[in-house]
Amino acid sequence: MQRFHAVGIMIFDGCRLMAGPALVLLLTWCIATNGALGAPPAPTDVTAEDFPWDDGTNANVRWSFDTAGSDAIQGFRIYRRLTADELAKERVERRVKAAETAFDTSLKSALETATSEATSEEHYFVGDDTPQDRPTKRQAAIDEATKEALKAAAAADGEPLFEFRAIGRAEPDERSFKVTTLARSSSYEFRVTALGIDDSESEAVDAAPVTTRRHAFVGERGFLAAFLFGLCAIIVGAIALARGGFRMKVRRIAGLDALDEAIGRATEMGRPVLFIPGLQDMDNVLTVAGVTILSRVARTAAEYDARLEVPTARSLVMTACRDAVQGAYYAAGRPEAYNPEAIRYITDEQFGYVAYVAGRMVREKPATCIYMGQFYAESLLLSENGNAIHAIQIAGTAETSQLPFFVAACDYTLIGEEFFAASAYLSGEPAQLGSLFGQDIGKMIAVALIVLGVTLATVGAFHVPAAQRAADYLAHTVLKQ
Amino acid sequence: MKRTVPVIIASAVGFVLVIAFFIPRTQAWGETAVLWFNILAAVAFVLGAGNLIKVQLESISARRPGWGFALVTLVAFFTMFIAGMLKIGVFPAGQYPEHAWSGKFDSAGAPFGWMYNYIFSPITATMFASLAFYVASAAFRAFRAKNVEAILLLGTAFVVLIGNTAMARLTDPLPEYLAFLRLDVLVANLMSYVATGVTRAITIGVAVGVAATSLRILLGIDRPYLGRL
Repeated sequence: MQRFHAVGIMIFDGCRLMAGPALVLLLTWCIATNGALGAPPAPTDVTAEDFPWDDGTNANVRWSFDTAGSDAIQGFRIYRRLTADELAKERVERRVKAAETAFDTSLKSALETATSEATSEEHYFVGDDTPQDRPTKRQAAIDEATKEALKAAAAADGEPLFEFRAIGRAEPDERSFKVTTLARSSSYEFRVTALGIDDSESEAVDAAPVTTRRHAFVGERGFLAAFLFGLCAIIVGAIALARGGFRMKVRRIAGLDALDEAIGRATEMGRPVLFIPGLQDMDNVLTVAGVTILSRVARTAAEYDARLEVPTARSLVMTACRDAVQGAYYAAGRPEAYNPEAIRYITDEQFGYVAYVAGRMVREKPATCIYMGQFYAESLLLSENGNAIHAIQIAGTAETSQLPFFVAACDYTLIGEEFFAASAYLSGEPAQLGSLFGQDIGKMIAVALIVLGVTLATVGAFHVPAAQRAADYLAHTVLKQ
Repeated sequence: MKRTVPVIIASAVGFVLVIAFFIPRTQAWGETAVLWFNILAAVAFVLGAGNLIKVQLESISARRPGWGFALVTLVAFFTMFIAGMLKIGVFPAGQYPEHAWSGKFDSAGAPFGWMYNYIFSPITATMFASLAFYVASAAFRAFRAKNVEAILLLGTAFVVLIGNTAMARLTDPLPEYLAFLRLDVLVANLMSYVATGVTRAITIGVAVGVAATSLRILLGIDRPYLGRL
């Protein structure tokens, strides 16, 4: 009996001694086989290379990863080493922000104290400060912090600064990442890690440094260049065709046909014609197109002896409009009737300009209001005022968000391309009409591409991979720009 | 010569800007061209300001109707101009506290910034706010059911308007097979497909029109800036 008891004790002691190592072994086995409790394996073959055919501001980071392990990760994280300048700039911004927050917090606390203690008359005063003084004090605090931060950044210039910062994430099935907005001809270092399901991160793998380089041509804009130069070639060909005597038929555009009638009405009523060339400067193609139409309006006004007024929101537009109107009056044989003071600069400010024009409308009651150019919120303010004084109103713009307002408030509206066709339509010159023909061919090409894309996408939806790939290529590569 | 040189300059600058978009090595040329435009615009601004002063002074001197407005314009112009140019009351910048003019001309607390924030901004905000009344009057006129198109417009506007309010919940009890008639779904479909489709059609026409117009100007076929018809 005692022998059995001794054997039992031996077995129990043996188990007790073995339990610890066995548990450790079990745990190790679990980690090794499952991997759920540890960091995922690191990506391999991490390389960085200059992005081909770009303007020198992009780089490509590539890596390899065992496909079988892709299910155990939620993606990859890409890091870029920040330069010393970037780190110094960040430090300055951080300090300025901290100063702003500290000042606002102390002001808020002072205000709360003052509000609880002050009488109703003193409610708005904190110590000797009036509310008007607070922005000044706040600015002073921020300026002081900026000064300190700049000093600190200057002191840190000589220090070695190393810091990798996460710049993006890639999906588990992706093996490359495009880094954008880099500086040209600069060296960059990247590293990649794999992200586990439990947010653990693998060991980082560095890529060899890469230097960005500017190439001869932006490859991503290749298709756009082909479309653009192809369209230009078609338009030039159509112009040559028109000059060669090919007759072109142009559909009637009611808004442009009504111009003469509207200006004639102003003459009969003895009231002015108001022309608004929009809010933008001469670097905007809508303004240029508006000034072209102004030439025609001015010529008709000169012929009919109508008074023309052109308030402008840009000085350069004023000079361009003066040239255009003067040329029109010369062409009409009435140079003496040209009055440069009728084309005047008002202000660059949107609503200041609106206030002037609306006031002018109410006081002068122009018989005709013409709006041609780039418009924003002022479109309805102006056209509703014109409507209130019962003026004939003709508008033209390519700004799609403002078209509904013009359509609602004006008698005639030139929509989108009609606005750009106005110059050719009104001049009737073969060269200009030829460009309209070229424009139509361009639209036909656009329609053909739309039909092709819709067809490919529809066929692709019926599990035809080739059609789907073609549709994706069309949408994401050909039409990317 | 007076016509040829401007046309050559305009065409050359236009082509440089087009090329700079595709060829990185010429980007600096494009940036220079834009810089020159800004310089010209700044010079023209002096011309514009001179024109503004001249016109207002003439109006006051001839006692034309509304000459009081001209006086207000001139007083406002010179007050802002002097306060901004001379940096009156500007708080010195942190880097150069000993230089009174080192701060920004529109810094908070300075007279220019104060006038901008407390006089100019409220006035422009008032002008913008009046847009709400104009929208109401324009909508009232536009939505009169005069013909089939106007009725369609009215119906669509009604759906979009109601669909963006709490009243859209009224259609929530509709069964699943009639879900497409729920107001929020109708609004989403109208905006995503109908409105977007039409806008894109206009945008494509505009893009082609811009290309054709630009080409006409670059080739000198159309030169409104020279006053030639």
